[in-house]
Amino acid sequence: MQRTASRIAVVAALLLVRATSADVLPDDRADLFYSKYSGGGMDITGESALVRKKFTENFALEGSYFVDKVSGASIDVLSQASQIKDERKQKSGTAEFVHDKTTYSLSYINSVERDYKSNTTSFSLKQDMFGDLTTLTLGYSHTDDTVGENDGTAFVPIIVWLGHAQSISYDVGLSQIVTKNWIAGLNVNVITDNGYLANPYRSYRYLDSSNAKGYSLASQIYPDTRTSTAVQAEVKYYLPYRAAITGSYRYFTDTWGLVGNTYELDYTHPISNIWILEGRVRFYKQNSADFYSDLYNYAGEYNFMARDQDLAAGENTTMGVKATYAFLPDGWKMFKRATATFDISRIEYKYLDFRNIKYYGVSSNPSYPPGTEPLYSFNATVYQIYMSMFF
Amino acid sequence: MKSPRPAPPFRPVPPSCHAPRFRLALSAVALLLCAACSNIQPWVKPYERDRLADPIMAWERDAISAEYMDHVREVREGSRGGTGAAGGGCGCN
Repeated sequence: MQRTASRIAVVAALLLVRATSADVLPDDRADLFYSKYSGGGMDITGESALVRKKFTENFALEGSYFVDKVSGASIDVLSQASQIKDERKQKSGTAEFVHDKTTYSLSYINSVERDYKSNTTSFSLKQDMFGDLTTLTLGYSHTDDTVGENDGTAFVPIIVWLGHAQSISYDVGLSQIVTKNWIAGLNVNVITDNGYLANPYRSYRYLDSSNAKGYSLASQIYPDTRTSTAVQAEVKYYLPYRAAITGSYRYFTDTWGLVGNTYELDYTHPISNIWILEGRVRFYKQNSADFYSDLYNYAGEYNFMARDQDLAAGENTTMGVKATYAFLPDGWKMFKRATATFDISRIEYKYLDFRNIKYYGVSSNPSYPPGTEPLYSFNATVYQIYMSMFF
Repeated sequence: MKSPRPAPPFRPVPPSCHAPRFRLALSAVALLLCAACSNIQPWVKPYERDRLADPIMAWERDAISAEYMDHVREVREGSRGGTGAAGGGCGCN
């Protein structure tokens, strides 16, 4: 098996040598994907298919279709609304063209929910240089969203369209071969938004002595612009035996006062040429947005008010494992090889200034004065099962 | 009394006088840059990249899974971007 692994590595190296004369497009493939997210009162299942096909040596098309089915709702939505059933359908298409050491890519993504429509157009350019030790990627994308709210029920929806949001994203990425065992990457992403940026299903909370609970809820008021910057640095190292370790760090900041830090460590370990096992740990922490508060003193206290859990100070830890099984080593009909993958992640979310107001002060649970309820936390499990066929 | 001689009017140096020096400096910088670029030899030779070509060294082996996980995170965290496209959608619920 070790010998076979060496042969594959030599063939891969030869392919890479060939690639030094011109960039090459990835293999043709077809993927079938199933996912399930369960946690925080929500169940979301996703089904997806992706097909990628080269028509010439330097031109390829890729298409994908994704359906998300949502049932339940997160805690801050449940605090003011009933359970939700919804579906998101996403279609995307990409055309890739290679000329010498440059790859041009043009994509279109359309995502539709009953109360939300999103269209994204992207263009990117990838350039290999300096003896193919360095790869520079430049990307631009434009997104146009139409935001609505379901004022009816899950079964008899009445959609009220609230407004539009536009987003422009700029990406610069650099991937560098440092040694024969070590590659490094740096990505910078700047996004500017304007328009209706609030989440219509979430509310801010303010003290109200006229309410038996001591507080009332009202519609959030967000700024209508936002600019964010994310910088991610990552390194990948081939260990003295056949395994790889990846470390990454991302720094995020935006004009709403959010600062986020993400740390991730992955370990990849193949077993012969049949299994690839992967384990990962990810830690994320953020402060709250400038205009976020769990409890305001009165309605209309500030120009902007939000109690969206995404904008609260919090942290989460992800532990995940992934196993990929390679089969059909000798191919079958039009397929050269195939893989099946199972991936499971456990995520623990903890909020530092977002309180659980749903389950307290009702039925047999104790009642707390507003602003002293226990902080909210929940666990989520994410499953992914997919099959990839290469042809 | 002899009146003081007026100071000669300021005469800017015509651009044509600067141009050769500027062009020379620009050419020198361009030559240096070109020389620097041409001297960059790949310190990891193509035939030394067998380990880097191993699939376990790919930044991301499965785009469909990476995009899905980015979407899961972006709808629950304030941070976004820096890792590639995460698709569209609201994630309002």
